[in-house]
Amino acid sequence: MTSLISDEPRRADLSTRLKNNGGLVALAVILIFNIVVTPNFLQAQTLAVNISQVATIAIVAMGMTLVIATGGIDLSVGAVMALSGALAPLIFQSELGTAYPVLGLVASLFLPLVAALACGLFNGTIIAVLKVQPIIATLILFISGRGIAQVLTNGNLQTFSNPEFSYLGTGKILGFPFQGWLAIAIAIFLFWLVNRTIFGRYLLAIGGNERAAKLSGGPVRKVKIGAYVICSILSGLAGLIVVAINSASDAARNGNLMELDAIAAAVVGGALLQGGKAPIFGAILGAVIIQLVKYTLLANGVEDEVALIAKAAIILAAVYIQQARKE
Amino acid sequence: MAPLLAMSGIAKHFAGIPALRGASLEISPGEVHALIGQNGAGKSTLIKILTGLYRRDGGEISLAGEPSHLTSPREAQQAGIATIYQELNLVPLRSVSENVVMGQEPRTLGLMINWPEAHRRTREILARFGIDIDVTAPLGSFSTAIQQLVAIARAVSMDAKLVIMDEPTSSLDSSEVEILFGVVRELKSSGVSVLYVSHFLDELFQICDRVTVMRDGQTVGSRSISGTTKLDLIAAMLGRNADEIATEGLTELSGGDASFEEVVLDVERTATGPRLSDFSMTLHRGEIVGLGGLLGSGRTEAARSLFGVDQLTQGQMTLKGAAFRPADPSAAIRAGIGFLTEDRKEEGIIPHMSVRENLTLALLPALRRNGQVDRQAERELVAGFIAKLGIKTAHMDQPIRELSGGNQQKVLLARWLATRPDILILDEPTRGVDVGAKREIQSIIRSFVDEGHAVILISSEFEELVEGANRIVVMHEGHAVSELTNPGITENALVKALAHHEEAGR
Amino acid sequence: MLDQSAFDLRKYISRNPQSVAVWVALIVLIVFGLLRYDNFGGAYNITSFLNYNAMFIAISVGMCFVILTGGIDLSVGSVAAFTSVVAAYLSPYGIEIAMPLAILSGIGFGLFNGVCIVYLRIPPFITTLATMLGAKGGSLVISGAQTIAVDWGSNFTRLGMEKAFDLVPWSIVIVAILIVGLWFVLEMTSLGRTVLAVGGGEDASVMMGLKVNRAKIFVYALSGGCAGLAGVFLASGFGAGQPLEGVGWELSAIASVVVGGTLLTGGLGSIPATVAGALLLGLVFNILNFENGKGWISFSAYWQMVIRGAFLFAVILFQTRIMNQQTRTGHA
Repeated sequence: MTSLISDEPRRADLSTRLKNNGGLVALAVILIFNIVVTPNFLQAQTLAVNISQVATIAIVAMGMTLVIATGGIDLSVGAVMALSGALAPLIFQSELGTAYPVLGLVASLFLPLVAALACGLFNGTIIAVLKVQPIIATLILFISGRGIAQVLTNGNLQTFSNPEFSYLGTGKILGFPFQGWLAIAIAIFLFWLVNRTIFGRYLLAIGGNERAAKLSGGPVRKVKIGAYVICSILSGLAGLIVVAINSASDAARNGNLMELDAIAAAVVGGALLQGGKAPIFGAILGAVIIQLVKYTLLANGVEDEVALIAKAAIILAAVYIQQARKE
Repeated sequence: MAPLLAMSGIAKHFAGIPALRGASLEISPGEVHALIGQNGAGKSTLIKILTGLYRRDGGEISLAGEPSHLTSPREAQQAGIATIYQELNLVPLRSVSENVVMGQEPRTLGLMINWPEAHRRTREILARFGIDIDVTAPLGSFSTAIQQLVAIARAVSMDAKLVIMDEPTSSLDSSEVEILFGVVRELKSSGVSVLYVSHFLDELFQICDRVTVMRDGQTVGSRSISGTTKLDLIAAMLGRNADEIATEGLTELSGGDASFEEVVLDVERTATGPRLSDFSMTLHRGEIVGLGGLLGSGRTEAARSLFGVDQLTQGQMTLKGAAFRPADPSAAIRAGIGFLTEDRKEEGIIPHMSVRENLTLALLPALRRNGQVDRQAERELVAGFIAKLGIKTAHMDQPIRELSGGNQQKVLLARWLATRPDILILDEPTRGVDVGAKREIQSIIRSFVDEGHAVILISSEFEELVEGANRIVVMHEGHAVSELTNPGITENALVKALAHHEEAGR
Repeated sequence: MLDQSAFDLRKYISRNPQSVAVWVALIVLIVFGLLRYDNFGGAYNITSFLNYNAMFIAISVGMCFVILTGGIDLSVGSVAAFTSVVAAYLSPYGIEIAMPLAILSGIGFGLFNGVCIVYLRIPPFITTLATMLGAKGGSLVISGAQTIAVDWGSNFTRLGMEKAFDLVPWSIVIVAILIVGLWFVLEMTSLGRTVLAVGGGEDASVMMGLKVNRAKIFVYALSGGCAGLAGVFLASGFGAGQPLEGVGWELSAIASVVVGGTLLTGGLGSIPATVAGALLLGLVFNILNFENGKGWISFSAYWQMVIRGAFLFAVILFQTRIMNQQTRTGHA
């Protein structure tokens, strides 16, 4: 009986899980390749650049992982980034914001996330209550979310100088970029959420078999809406980070094509598109792989465009392997 | 006469587990041939090999004397084999005509579909069956019975030599069954063979010529239907001695005829829609009440209304003396009801999740501690149930999809027992599980009731209902039409009650 | 032979309630435009409107076929950008060479999609997402990330300017032929009916012995080909191959199809209603332009995206209500 309660089978799972995880192998290959081939790869500067760039993808990809775990998809993440990124400078550069800088700073961090939350609520409600397919439901904000951001800023590039706000994208703790720490903290929190809480258990159950989860008393609507809200808030945060890195907000470009990167990272990280799995650290791994492939190609003189094709190949390969293993 | 179809020594494995071991089947032209066996005996695997959906691992098939190597449903269709599956293999969104002619549309100029001709041909075939409907309307707008007959019309239009019918009457009422039988006889008289798969043994004696019985992936035997009895067939399916069954009974549910006093649930004239229009029943502590009726009589709908899946449009329910109207399943669970659904795969298990996570799914709110799942309590609870119910699993973190059907069902039963419900609604609790697991599940149900709880039992197997239930509420067309009480619950009485209302209903 | 019921208006309405909305909305917008703006019904506005929207209609009808099988094609925008570059490079050889080869290159991407989806079993969403990236990268590579000017000396650019029979531009004629042809294929051929059956129930279609794989590969190849045609229009209309164009086209096309009442799960939908959906979405912009021209209000271009999204939202709300009503009264 004790063997049933002990953790023994879990440990056995871990080795098979490692064996199954081609992602880690791929990461190792890319790292070794870079160390050998790419000049200056092992310098702190390179590391910092890569981390600051990968953090935004990773943060959005983790949110996307939760949504994919319910069997859904969120196309609006890039638009939400643009929206929250457009709001922040508007707030701290407003009259009130300049008169009370501290208040302005707090509001410019807080209110955009509230707006993002509202976007998630909108997506989640249409999907969970009106039962519209996720691709279509999130298409609405995909189209109009960026439009709203551009209307708010009149399509202008907003530049600013606000060191406190920019700390979000340029600050360092122990030599490690602030947003890197942030991504790790979020990952730990989400890992706890998925694996230890009742919300997480229902999340995976709904993705695994929605009808069964519902008939077992699962709060399907709440959990689904919750997943989309979390995804949107994380996208909003990523939008703020991008603006902070650049000390400028461009509603047309902030988060452009981010939905593709995020989906790719989640899938490469092991998220099943039909739902039921939420590998949070897998999403980070996926984001790192995608970023490193991009960096490797650029650093070795391969054109940006070819990197796109490489990204396409990675997505196809990852999903194909996933499918093949299932059958 | 040379057989139309001869299959011999058919073998098939799934992931190393044999599903068929030397099965054989022989059908003559113009013969109506029954294929019976318990769930998991290999009937559907055999049919799927015949229709090219699965590839056989061994054995010979010959069709009209020629060796046959069909590899797809399309080839089977071209070879004159048409199949009407239990889950209708039609497209509800498309028109009746399309569903009949798809794949062999009449054309003009070899390119354009000749729609008037397609409609005419469809109308003509359906008219032979005595059906006159708008063939341009979407198939999904018609009843299941019509859809079933459309599927047969499709087979006829394809000039099939062999029509396979998989549980064709399971969702038909008795008048529709008569129409179907008429169609089967018409097929027979025009020289078409029919392979008739059914759980309803009485039907076989009405229309079949011969019967083949399967058990554990093997063919037990083939005999003329006129030279056999129902008891013989049941004995052959179960692999037991006919006399033994007559004395011992078939299930583990028997016993417990005490009188019941404390009413735990009272349902008064509830309705949720067209399929549950006026339903009343009472349930006492310590009692098993069976819901009897044919498929489509509203049994499952009654269960869904009690569990808050479908909302009441009229009537009221009283649970333990208080008015009861669950808004959703979680409200019903909180009120002390559990519902084991009939479709284990679609509505029961979460395949990726472990035995542990599946078992505690309905109990999660009670396992909350500091916002987390209390993992220690969870593991102890799950270990307890695995031992108590004899669930065969390598460890509690094994994915549930790797378990056998019977063990999956035990986990789902444990899911509900763990919530300590006052009332358990069991919809076909032993469907698709092997005989051993079936008996174990039945004795679990019995001991649950003996602890003073109550069970509403839905089962298509009359034996299970008759031997298990203290009372049987007989349903027909969404109503509770009569009630059988012990003593006096016998299979004959139940069949009579059903038959009576079938007649009265017309 | 024609199916009488296809032209029975009452039957059409009762069987396609989700398609009715688009026709009503289209008529309302046209009447509104005619009453409010002087030049709205003028030949110039109509021709330039149709000319500009020809490429969107082309990808929308292709997308309609894909969605009817229950799939999706996210690669159409990038493929159109790619083929616009191909067409621009080939423009010196004349339209009769450039157009077929550009369309063929689009079909090539479509075949790739179809093969990945059917034989490698990669979900359509992911396959076409990858192709979207791949085609985008490919068009940037072959163009060197520059717009590629077409050869003005050849007959290539006349596609959008020269009028067939002195009446309508060739691009509109070609799109009209495409629409009628695909309408015919969908309604009157077994291939078209197989496409509908696959979307209505793929397993059932396999059981019925239909050529499911062939139908699926066909729709992706068709969608690629339509995107290829759109690329030709793009290159000829703007006088250059545009490797950076096509962003968000897939979403416009999906929106047109959905607005036209096609079920996203497949199995039910129509080509004319899809065209109406594409026209409706285009008309919203057209009317906004006129409204800006009147000077009463000034909508920036950015508002158009917001309005488009709001529009999609309204249509989805409407569709959902109708579908819920249907499932409540139907079946049972």
